[in-house]
Amino acid sequence: MNAEDTAWLQSSTIQVIKPIRPRKLAKVPFVELADGRLQGVVSSGSDISRVYVSSITAGDHTYSCSTNNNRPCGALSWGLCKHIQALMSEAVVQYGTERVARYLRIEGDVEGLSVPELIRRLNAQHQSLPSSTVFSRFLHHLSYLEVPATTTPLPEMHWFPSTLAVR
Amino acid sequence: MLGNQLTKLLQDTPPGIEQTLALVTDFDDILIHGFARLTEEHTATLNALAAAVAATPLGERVGEVVAKLSTGSPDSEQLALLAGTRAALLGAVHDALLSHLDTILNRSRAAHDESAASPSPDPEAENLLTGCRSWLHELAITGWRGVDHELVASASQLIGPLLANPKLRRMAVLIDGFAAELSACCPIRTADHIPVRRWADLWTRAMLLSYTGGWSADDSAGLDTVSGRLLILGADVHEHGTAMQVQVHGVLEPTDDSTPRLVRTSVAVAKVDTIIGPAMWDLLQAYPVLMTALAERRSIHITDLPALPSGDLVWNEERAKVGDPADPFTTARIQLASALAPAVPALDRHPVQIAEPVLMEGYKVKRGEDLSVIVDGVSLPIAVDRLPSCGPLTPQLVDASSACIGLLRWDSGQWALQPLAVQSNKSKKTQVAVHNGDWAKGPTDPKVAKAQTRNGDAIAVLRERAGRLLRR
Repeated sequence: MNAEDTAWLQSSTIQVIKPIRPRKLAKVPFVELADGRLQGVVSSGSDISRVYVSSITAGDHTYSCSTNNNRPCGALSWGLCKHIQALMSEAVVQYGTERVARYLRIEGDVEGLSVPELIRRLNAQHQSLPSSTVFSRFLHHLSYLEVPATTTPLPEMHWFPSTLAVR
Repeated sequence: MLGNQLTKLLQDTPPGIEQTLALVTDFDDILIHGFARLTEEHTATLNALAAAVAATPLGERVGEVVAKLSTGSPDSEQLALLAGTRAALLGAVHDALLSHLDTILNRSRAAHDESAASPSPDPEAENLLTGCRSWLHELAITGWRGVDHELVASASQLIGPLLANPKLRRMAVLIDGFAAELSACCPIRTADHIPVRRWADLWTRAMLLSYTGGWSADDSAGLDTVSGRLLILGADVHEHGTAMQVQVHGVLEPTDDSTPRLVRTSVAVAKVDTIIGPAMWDLLQAYPVLMTALAERRSIHITDLPALPSGDLVWNEERAKVGDPADPFTTARIQLASALAPAVPALDRHPVQIAEPVLMEGYKVKRGEDLSVIVDGVSLPIAVDRLPSCGPLTPQLVDASSACIGLLRWDSGQWALQPLAVQSNKSKKTQVAVHNGDWAKGPTDPKVAKAQTRNGDAIAVLRERAGRLLRR
């Protein structure tokens, strides 16, 4: 058994979730690889109280983009809109090309591919998804910022050491 | 810590640890497959488990539970007893390791007084804790290999209400961090690796916490209070996607001239995964006294701060004032050897909770795949992966160091040194010290500060979005 296998079996603090990289959140405040999709929220360029909910499904690569009020994104009739492109760019910054491609099951070698090249690999079709699921996940995400700080010692956090990340 | 102490620590391992951990490993194997279908091997493991605690107060009840398991899968209460048994085994490992270390360091430790802090009952909390317990029951019956998205997602309805109740914060951060890992590994059936010990630990911990609820700062009334000068040794940082805790280790010089004590004080915040690295300190700016003391390496004068028997002071900005500059290395050199260490509460008796401050000096660093410190020919691994993402310490700085304030940790069957601060005297004139908490008021390295500016203020962006979208 090598050291890595031993750690998976016997370490109480092995890092299970890979670290993500910091990125600018202004345009795309929320990106995640979850529910079998690359999904997220893109702020509208023209209306500060409107956001677009965009997603690409793993495997069949169908995509969807609509406002938080479920109005389809007008630009979709010309192919992938700029919201989905922005989602992809930011996902690549956050997770790295390889991890995004693996999650979406994009075939072939993706090392060194630019975001437009990665998008061309998608061969995607539009399939509208209700925006509510992703949007409510985003609201849940935001709600963490409203949870008050605490001075209660949290011994449980010793299982979650901060670890040297990519800066 | 001297070479001969290190030799004793590494070579005279207390007896029984290996056998006890082997039993834990066998138990953890049951959790991979689930309690729904126990194999003969699993039944043998459970019998061995019962035999191991037969002479303890748990013995009789665990014996009964194990005897019944051959006829059906366990209910939550039976599982909780098994969790308690597993915790007792690891508790024994913890005690053996810590008393071994205390003997070597000649460190005196306060006697434990469990009566001093008990959480007050709360009916609303009880309901939530029962909800947690049934989720944990479902996990154990299913086993890690059978856990799917749906089962993980069923925890998400617990997390909001848990976070909303300050008394349940410990359970909230635990369940949230645990569920996020399970989710990231789905589908677990085909996952390459399962963190076997880790998930069994988190499951056990949550199971026990679902009964006690855990002490919270809301229960501070009635605690003993302390006053005096707090000399900081360093900051230990913990984080997962949605939580961050800074735990400050220090020596308290009480005003009543009693023996200086090793203490800790903690502040924790909720966050999201995109708030990472040095930006996390921005979430802690509601604690200017503590952050200033960390960033400027100053002492703190505290007045009537509630103190838990575990050595944790319940931080309160209003009862603290920033004092004079106090070099943590001086504190470590003068005070660390004679300070009185705190008792460890029953629930915290687990090897992962061992975080004993030590000073290492006059060593060489050996570079291999990982770094180790060598003192008088004895080598101790450095927990490089525990250098926090928000601080200035890097493997290069540790490599170039000749003195270190660190926490002794024990994981994966071995001791390791987690650096909190390092000092190097590579150039002859200047001694440079770098501490985990140096960036508590923002990064002092212009390159890091610039990178942060380039990415914009993540917290401000998300707060603006929350303000506009959340209450509609």
